[in-house]
Amino acid sequence: MRTLKFLLQKEFRQIFRDPAILRIIFMMPVIQLIILPWAADYEIKNIKLAVTDKDHSSYSQKLISKITSSGYFQLTAYENSYHASLEKIEDDEADLILEIPASFEKQLVKEDEATLYLAGNAINGVKGNLGSAYLRSIIQDFNREVRLEWIQLPKFSPQTQIEVTSSNWFNALMNYKYFMVPGILVLLLTMVGANLTAINIVKEKEIGTIEQINVTPVQKVHFIIAKLVPFWILGLIVLTLGLLISRLFYGILPAGGFLTIYVFAAVYLLAVLGLGLLISTYAATQQQAMLISFFLMMIFVLLGGLYTSIDSMPVWAQWITRFNPVSYFIEVMRMVVLKGSGLSDIKQQLGTMFIFAVVLNSWAVINYRKRS
Amino acid sequence: MLNEKIITVDHLTKRFAAFTAVDAITFDVYKGEIFGFLGANGAGKTTAMRMLCGLSMPTSGKATVAGFDVYTQNEQIKKNIGYMSQKFSLYEDLTVKENMQLYGGIYGKSNQFIKDKTAFILEQLHLKDEANKLVGSLPLGWKQKLAFSVAIFHEPEIVFLDEPTGGVDPVTRREFWMMIYEAAANGITIFVTTHYMDEAEYCNRVSIMVDGKVEALDTPAMLKQQYQSPTMDDVFLKLARKATRSGD
Repeated sequence: MRTLKFLLQKEFRQIFRDPAILRIIFMMPVIQLIILPWAADYEIKNIKLAVTDKDHSSYSQKLISKITSSGYFQLTAYENSYHASLEKIEDDEADLILEIPASFEKQLVKEDEATLYLAGNAINGVKGNLGSAYLRSIIQDFNREVRLEWIQLPKFSPQTQIEVTSSNWFNALMNYKYFMVPGILVLLLTMVGANLTAINIVKEKEIGTIEQINVTPVQKVHFIIAKLVPFWILGLIVLTLGLLISRLFYGILPAGGFLTIYVFAAVYLLAVLGLGLLISTYAATQQQAMLISFFLMMIFVLLGGLYTSIDSMPVWAQWITRFNPVSYFIEVMRMVVLKGSGLSDIKQQLGTMFIFAVVLNSWAVINYRKRS
Repeated sequence: MLNEKIITVDHLTKRFAAFTAVDAITFDVYKGEIFGFLGANGAGKTTAMRMLCGLSMPTSGKATVAGFDVYTQNEQIKKNIGYMSQKFSLYEDLTVKENMQLYGGIYGKSNQFIKDKTAFILEQLHLKDEANKLVGSLPLGWKQKLAFSVAIFHEPEIVFLDEPTGGVDPVTRREFWMMIYEAAANGITIFVTTHYMDEAEYCNRVSIMVDGKVEALDTPAMLKQQYQSPTMDDVFLKLARKATRSGD
């Protein structure tokens, strides 16, 4: 135990003597949490719309003004031919084309029926898809208005009509920041845990100081614990800072309470620190450690459920996410922040994370050798 | 003094795949002597030394250090030895005092011991004013002397020095050897590698490694007689020229 005290003293001295690292550790969450949630948005806005209006009627004008007043669309071109509009898409000046045929108004009034033509630019698939879906619902709305104006609907419609009204549970306003901010915080903790630990130990390998330690009777468990503890504490400080920013800037208060988050984060950090440690036992240089952890981070982020829903991934990818610690923390964060889940609700995730921590750390300790 | 064996090495071998770095070396080191371990670059000195320190696993052969077996009792060996690697490996971002405190603590020394010993070394090295400076800011010669002092801080039975005076000026080199003599006078066995043949003359006995084998082992005087050479330099050249391995 006395040895551990001396080793911990050494680690803390070294960390606090490197102001650059400290600054990065604290600036990273502050800047990322303040800036990123405003930009990383799921909603599609500023969809550039090119309208081919061959009708030039009052109804076509009404439709266009209804579309532009929705706030999602920018009318970037108003052409007379489909060809001219297509050129706009080719020049990337438009995401969607709406063609209003020449007899639009006439048909609508006389035959109670009219056709519109929609074409989307699928280079940015999400934008094209969601754009045309938005547009379709606006047109449907328009359709209803027109019908109300022209046809006196019978009290009981001969056709069955189902009207759907929905309410969003747990996040009533569908405020994406409520799941984006905690998600980014999870990624930050992962970075601090895995990256910094890996680089810290490999740095000792590179400059040769680890050899001087290996030639002493120090127990490797002591050496490793001394490496983990400072970063574990730093991770919890980053979490606190992040939760503070979430509260101050986004008004996010975890419905399930802070204790649940801290308990899970404490175990989670042990797991990612173990991962960093494991990386360091395989990497010989800081560059190798960086590359390995970068490789893993990419997988963690893209298969973590923050940007894309895990449920809609192919089955094999869903299997990979089960080995991704990030996916568990993001799930827990959402449960706690939005749904108000408590410790008993996240038992399963907590248990899994505990297994992660034990396996990764044991693997690292076994793989760390004082003798080559 | 020259009866009790403190290191015994018997056909100790280390192979890396097809390459035999250390090829069945056999020798003994006696308690209290200054043992010079010479050889050209790439002859296998560092590998042999690392095996004796418990840093590298031997492929075959036998060896004991301070009475402990290198295969099974490597952690006991570590309690009884000091080691100074070729590459300066104290913590440059810790101060002189903090480095001594750390290594004193790791070897399980009491706070009082650490305090007294630190004061003694700072006095001896004239480093009192630098005690709270970061080690990285010291000039190389001072660093080497400090590294040696830290290697024997816990008063080990044996200290292994791997080219301790590489790149150091002649004055500092002389001072360094004064420190080695002093440590030897205090009963610490010195196992030292060097490329400077004048330093070889300071040793009680010298072995010369060529291509992973110990080719010669005796006192400097006997070696000069045996190889009919006026200097150790000449002895070394005669032996090292036979080498077929290129240096590192």
